[in-house]
Amino acid sequence: MASIMISMVYLIATFLFILGLKWLGKPDTAVKGNRYSAIGMGLAVVATLFEQDILSFTWIFAGLLLGSAIGYWIAQRVKMTGMPEMVALLNGLGGGSSLFVGLAATQVESMPNVLFWIVIAFSVIIGSITLTGSFIAWGKLAEKIPSKPFLLPGQKWISAALVAITLVLTVCLSLFPDIAMDTLLAIACIAGLLGMLSVMSIGGGDMPVVISLLNSYSGLAACAAGFATQNTLLIVAGALVGASGIILTNIMCKAMNRPLSNVLFSGFQSTKVTTLNDQTQGTAQPITADDAFIVLEAARQVLIVPGYGMAVAQAQHMVRELTEYLEANGCEVRFAIHPVAGRMPGHMNVLLAEANISYDLLLDLEDANATMETIDVGIVIGANDVVNPDARDNSESPIYGMPIINIDSAKTVLVLKRSMSKGFAGIENPLFFKPNVRMLFGDAKSSLQTLAGEFKNLG
Amino acid sequence: MDIATIILMAFVLLLAIFLGFELISKVPSTLHTPLMSGSNAISGITLLGAMTLAGKTDFPFAAILGFIALVLATINVVGGYMVTHRMLSMFQKKGN
Repeated sequence: MASIMISMVYLIATFLFILGLKWLGKPDTAVKGNRYSAIGMGLAVVATLFEQDILSFTWIFAGLLLGSAIGYWIAQRVKMTGMPEMVALLNGLGGGSSLFVGLAATQVESMPNVLFWIVIAFSVIIGSITLTGSFIAWGKLAEKIPSKPFLLPGQKWISAALVAITLVLTVCLSLFPDIAMDTLLAIACIAGLLGMLSVMSIGGGDMPVVISLLNSYSGLAACAAGFATQNTLLIVAGALVGASGIILTNIMCKAMNRPLSNVLFSGFQSTKVTTLNDQTQGTAQPITADDAFIVLEAARQVLIVPGYGMAVAQAQHMVRELTEYLEANGCEVRFAIHPVAGRMPGHMNVLLAEANISYDLLLDLEDANATMETIDVGIVIGANDVVNPDARDNSESPIYGMPIINIDSAKTVLVLKRSMSKGFAGIENPLFFKPNVRMLFGDAKSSLQTLAGEFKNLG
Repeated sequence: MDIATIILMAFVLLLAIFLGFELISKVPSTLHTPLMSGSNAISGITLLGAMTLAGKTDFPFAAILGFIALVLATINVVGGYMVTHRMLSMFQKKGN
């Protein structure tokens, strides 16, 4: 009887997850969607407490309390600029959970057969890859480890060998069930190594793709754990997450003009060409903040292109302040958001929302480019590759074909930049050398502060 | 574990994947991050499996592994939902 009740609650939870995700994808209903999905989760947890196999609740309540406390603490504490790390970390924990569920399930199965071992191996492999891959992604995003691509010599062979060993060990599981736990631990370690190596080989700027993909993996890991514990709710929920992760991955890949396979098997192919055409195309023309102010003061249409540099400088609040002064001066300000600007999908949107900038002011790539002719001043804040005209004009360029924001078509462009260093792709940006472009060197936040200060004096 | 169960679960998997694609095919870029963290919270559903295992104290080793899984999944669930809510309420207040 209890099991029927539990199944019915799971059915309701499934319904709430589906509805929640549907609503989460629309701005008007997103808050409600998230709440419904959380209610679904809460119901499922309460129902599971009635599971008859449970002998003691001590560990369960201890775990729920401990996990909730930590989860609450980090969710309150994290800054909006730290959101990519947070998402990476949470992905990894989901994967880790599937890994341990897979391992634990072997202890309680009375009649393990071949199918069982395949399912368990799958849960352990995906869980472990997600855990270590996310951990490396977290390290790169938090700048605990260098965000440059790191490839071992002959990495594709090493990766292929690791995959082969994993498959052999999976076969061994059913052949030698007596040492299954040792074999599974070996599988977990090798899969973990594979996850580490594949994310190590990916550069910081490709992180939006990696995070989306790991998001998808965390769903697949839940799915696998669902097979291992024969729980359909886990399978449905995991599959929904897996699908949403793949959709985001796809959007990110399109925005970078790289095929999904290139990302999925990044460890197997040499990563993208980093040979740079280093010839300088002239000299960049610097501008002082005073002169930049004069340019902005006369502008009627301003388009701001934020990038990862804005997040690093924590300049989003200063951006809002300048925007307000510009608007008070009778100027119309819009923001052009490239899908892969920043380190995760929607990174810029989150930061600008935190600074209280209305999302009606944010334009996506196509809309921004459609209005470009009318723009008096374009301000590039810490963005580089997403405004690199080589992606459009130079078929030799490694990023050729990637859709960009055509900010160079604005009448004047101000580029706020720390120095003349290259973007993550390590390629020269000819935008900086165009006649209508002026470089405002320095920390983006203090440059913006100076500009806002001048407007303040004006008023 | 019998093949019939696996096939039934595979049916569910197949339908759920297609449903997922249909549900989230057109999401505005503003919601990309909340969608990711919100769906990530859902992936913490492994919590249910972990709970059952952590309660099987007749298998102490399973209970320990289950407990670890339970803590990880709970952080994922609670942290994921809360941080999503925090982000969404920032988007929200501009509507007024």
